[in-house]
Amino acid sequence: MPVWTSERTINTRRVRPLLFLLCLFPAAALVWSIAAGKLGANPLEEIRDSTGIWTLRFLLITLAVTPLRRLTKWHDIIKIRRMLGLFSFFYATLHFISYVWLDQFFALSDMIKDLTKRPFIMAGYASFVALIPLAVTSTRKWILRLGGEYWQLLHRLVYLSAAAGVLHYFWRVKLDVRRPILYGIVLTVLLILRVFHKMLANSSSRDPRTGLRPEY
Amino acid sequence: MLIQRASNILPSEITPERVYRNRREFLKAAILAPLAGAGQATGSTDKVTPYEYATTYNNYYEFGTDRSDPSKNSGKFQVKPWTVSVEGLVKKPARYDLDDLLKGFPMEDRVYRMRCVERWSMVIPWRGVPLASLIRKLEPLPSAKYVEFKAVFAKDQMPGQRSRSFGGGLDWPYTESLRLDEAMNPLTLFATGIYGKPLPNQNGAPLRLVTPWKYGFKGIKAIVAIRFVDNQPVSSWMKAWPEAYGFYANVNPSVDHPRWSQVREERIGEAGNALSSLLGQGIHNTLMFNGYGEQVAQMYAGLDLRKNY
Repeated sequence: MPVWTSERTINTRRVRPLLFLLCLFPAAALVWSIAAGKLGANPLEEIRDSTGIWTLRFLLITLAVTPLRRLTKWHDIIKIRRMLGLFSFFYATLHFISYVWLDQFFALSDMIKDLTKRPFIMAGYASFVALIPLAVTSTRKWILRLGGEYWQLLHRLVYLSAAAGVLHYFWRVKLDVRRPILYGIVLTVLLILRVFHKMLANSSSRDPRTGLRPEY
Repeated sequence: MLIQRASNILPSEITPERVYRNRREFLKAAILAPLAGAGQATGSTDKVTPYEYATTYNNYYEFGTDRSDPSKNSGKFQVKPWTVSVEGLVKKPARYDLDDLLKGFPMEDRVYRMRCVERWSMVIPWRGVPLASLIRKLEPLPSAKYVEFKAVFAKDQMPGQRSRSFGGGLDWPYTESLRLDEAMNPLTLFATGIYGKPLPNQNGAPLRLVTPWKYGFKGIKAIVAIRFVDNQPVSSWMKAWPEAYGFYANVNPSVDHPRWSQVREERIGEAGNALSSLLGQGIHNTLMFNGYGEQVAQMYAGLDLRKNY
């Protein structure tokens, strides 16, 4: 028996403005640190690294929404998924800008060389580019235009983005791979939960009373 | 038994006291003159990196892989007494107390650029002994072609040596090596101080190597052994990742690291504030041999530096 029912859980409408501000906090803290000169010895690297790590964190948080909904039966939580996904894209964009600006200083030929030569950079690009169509089609209009099924199919690109992001992080470090591996484990767990769910849904019979598959 | 002999040195050969007392200025002038030339050639105006950054932003995996780790974790590291053993193809292999080893050598002050393989750089005022003069005193055998340096292995004091993950899993103790002529190059320094002070632990106390035309990881810290050998040794970083870290590790903007290009570098602490660093202040084009080509390029004549990175 589920402990929570959708009637008893929190309505996300009240939570959303607060969550929005919370999601903005890492960016605001970064801007404040830049203005206050509190970024330490290597501010450019700090900006690149922090925008990158927050992209990955937001991707994983976004990917945690569906398993959390299934576990807690807090179905309304799905309404904050779009916001979290868009914040992933927001931080990914900041990270991309920090690469173009603060790493390459807009040297186009250097960037092309970087992209064609280095798997580390390729993984980063892949992770970012895969998010673009998802951000574009995040509106209600686009869901209707594509139809739920196609929309869902397209949005599976988020798995590719997250996996490429973890790989990018893994290749970023010189020797100490503890943190990239931790992110990899979290992503793996989130993906395994989905596989389990699918297997359960396929194997279990329909509910005798409603005649429906126990989707949730 | 005491054997005494009258001195056969002529009074005219003895350095006048006035000159002797000014020896440091004399040596400084002699050494800095070519360096000043190099500075002009590159058009750089090297501003010394703030002490705070040079002592809190360090790569010293024995104390942790994060660059803020060494200053946090090295406070209790014991550097006294310190023994350095001289081994291998040398006339008198022996173990020296550090003070005895360096006794009699005038300390010199050198301001060098330091370029890390990770694309950042600093400008650091070192104090130390030119390695060439020490090597001359140690008298390596003619068969000696390389000098290998070994850093301390002190698991109980160095958390990075205890834990694979904390210290990045390098093969401890850290080792580095130079060709004998590189070790004897006038730029090569055995440093015991920075900014006019004894070396802080996080910067490699009590004794470290400084080779300003090479990437920073060549500058092995907390040296406990100097070994003269006839074959090219394999250093810790070469073992860890041979495609990225070669024997020479000369600063070279045309040879990429597998993960990044080496054409530019960020000069730590040069931009007045973070905003001006956003506008590119502090970004430098990396120079061949870190701008010290005049002093070192002749050692690599005929050597393909793309292959011998």
